[in-house]
Amino acid sequence: MNFEEHVAKAEFAAAGIPVPEGRVVTTPAEAEAAARALGPVAVKAQVPAGKRGKAGAIALADTPAEAEAAARRILGMTLGAHKVERVLVEKRIAIARELYVAVLNDPASQGPLVLFSTLGGMDIEEAAARDPKSVRRHPVGILAGFTAKDAEKMLSGLDLGPHAQAISKLLVALYDFWRAHDAELVEINPLAVTASGELVALDGKLALDDGALARQESLAKRGLAEPLTGLEARGRAAGLRFIELDGNVGILANGAGLTMTTMDAVRHHGGRPANFLEIGGEAYTQSKPALELVLANPNVRSLVVNFCGAFARTDVMAEGVVAAWEALRPKIPVFFSIHGTGEEEAVRLVKDRLGITPFDSMDDAVASAVEAAR
Amino acid sequence: MIIRRAHRVLVQGITGRQGTFWAEKMIEYGTRVAGGVNPKKAGETHLGLPVFASAVEAAKDLGQDGGFDVVVQFVPPLAARSAALDAIAAGAKLIVMLTEHIPAQDVMYVLAAAKAAGTQIVGPNTAGLVTPGECFVGIMPAFNRNVFRPGRVGVISRSGSLGTQVCLDLTRAGLGQSAFIGVGGDAIVGTTSRDALEILAHDPGTDAVVLVGEIGGAAEETAAQYAATMTKPVVAFIAGRSAPVGKRMGHAGAIVLGARGTYDSKRRALEAAGVEVLDLPSGLAPALARALACAGPSQRTA
Repeated sequence: MNFEEHVAKAEFAAAGIPVPEGRVVTTPAEAEAAARALGPVAVKAQVPAGKRGKAGAIALADTPAEAEAAARRILGMTLGAHKVERVLVEKRIAIARELYVAVLNDPASQGPLVLFSTLGGMDIEEAAARDPKSVRRHPVGILAGFTAKDAEKMLSGLDLGPHAQAISKLLVALYDFWRAHDAELVEINPLAVTASGELVALDGKLALDDGALARQESLAKRGLAEPLTGLEARGRAAGLRFIELDGNVGILANGAGLTMTTMDAVRHHGGRPANFLEIGGEAYTQSKPALELVLANPNVRSLVVNFCGAFARTDVMAEGVVAAWEALRPKIPVFFSIHGTGEEEAVRLVKDRLGITPFDSMDDAVASAVEAAR
Repeated sequence: MIIRRAHRVLVQGITGRQGTFWAEKMIEYGTRVAGGVNPKKAGETHLGLPVFASAVEAAKDLGQDGGFDVVVQFVPPLAARSAALDAIAAGAKLIVMLTEHIPAQDVMYVLAAAKAAGTQIVGPNTAGLVTPGECFVGIMPAFNRNVFRPGRVGVISRSGSLGTQVCLDLTRAGLGQSAFIGVGGDAIVGTTSRDALEILAHDPGTDAVVLVGEIGGAAEETAAQYAATMTKPVVAFIAGRSAPVGKRMGHAGAIVLGARGTYDSKRRALEAAGVEVLDLPSGLAPALARALACAGPSQRTA
């Protein structure tokens, strides 16, 4: 789950990490009023998309009139899939130096990784790619945690002037925040050293681990809902991960791996998948609502049902598909491939109730579905 | 490790619906299930087996009968961490974590504690381990003779359903399996694809390996580095070539992963390591048959 910058900053501030004074507004007039109170400001689009600066979604304004104009331009912009509905109007700070700090989940070390660089700012990725040594990386042993001593060791040899100790303290605060909130990413870029020698977080990125939302309820309430289509929202409500795509071959498969592979096979045979829909885990009992979702997409011209039961029982899934098919009586052709746990019963069900003989191989089922959708 | 019939297995959550269903399947297939855990039903008997309050209690009581080596978890996501720590404290050699959606920090904590104790973890979000003809631990259709047959091909898969499909294709082509290792679909897992390759490289019963990967993370790129050192043939399929590219939050992911993680990056890394990468899973069995024909009997050991 992602968060807008102003929410991340409010959370960081509560954890003792300084952030600039600012206001979240939704109209140009409010932006002007905020700038009147704050002086020279930055006007920043509040969307969970990267590279806002490069996209022109962040503007500097010296006067209230300029802030009003900047807000007018930025509000209503679209960045990626996100329409800008709010801007953060933030007091501008004289920056002496831009640093980069982050804590994230690291599969390679199977634990948290703390990152630090003196090359903070818009081009940090390019800088890191050019010179990997410019980013210090500290894999944390999660049993012992991350202490000021670890931070000092991580920063040793860097020319940080009189700020080394404050940066160490901030890194520990950021790690503790990551740990306490089940974050999968916390990032400050840039972390500014101001002209007066203070550390201030000029940006804030926060992503929570979706697996932990149940125990991070109060923070999760402030997070962003994913932008979903009507059908996707219907799927989510039924506990199904459904993604609408632009093709015309409907797909119903079990498990993320097999579902992706079925999509790959549709492409390989020259077709275009209409959806990704995983009925993995316990969701395998949901094949009836799942099929209804796939068929609710008016672009679907043919359907491939590809089940390979491990945990998921193909007999249970087939029962749901058959029931949905009998209820909806769709006018499109359907092609089955069914193997694994419960396959004999499942194949018999499809034959007896729908009069359809499943294909022996996934490739043949997919190729036939692609042909039928042409 | 490759699960063997000699291994004794403790089932956490044995009395639940899935725990019961799969424990029965495991026992039928030949897995030596020593008992189960459910704190609320300690002292009862389930499927003819003793139920204990904890793995630590089970270790005490079963000690003189040989205890257990392997713990398999049928527990909800938020209970997985304490169940795993219990299994580690009980001295389990291997814990198979089947559960999906365990908080990542709980997984990291368990992996760190397991490492300190010398316990191996498979998963989380794995479908488990199968040694055809011997035993299985997890939620795989080991008992389906269309899918699994004993043989000499090792299979590594992040996905249970796709792994099942691949084993089915191998069995149809007359290529039985020495071991199926489900490494799990999560980003952070205890036994990585690279680790699984190493296990199969050293297994005298394995002549060749099928690696089934997915887009995301750098597990396949890391596995490729190890594959380059292997003498046994490895063939691979990577799912997700046609998946829409996900968006990234922040820069940290890009800084750590660089250009890795995409389908193209994985395919290039594996091909550079001498691994044949197939466009579809159905190409794996023929590719393997060709590779084995070329390798000949001199390649029978790593």
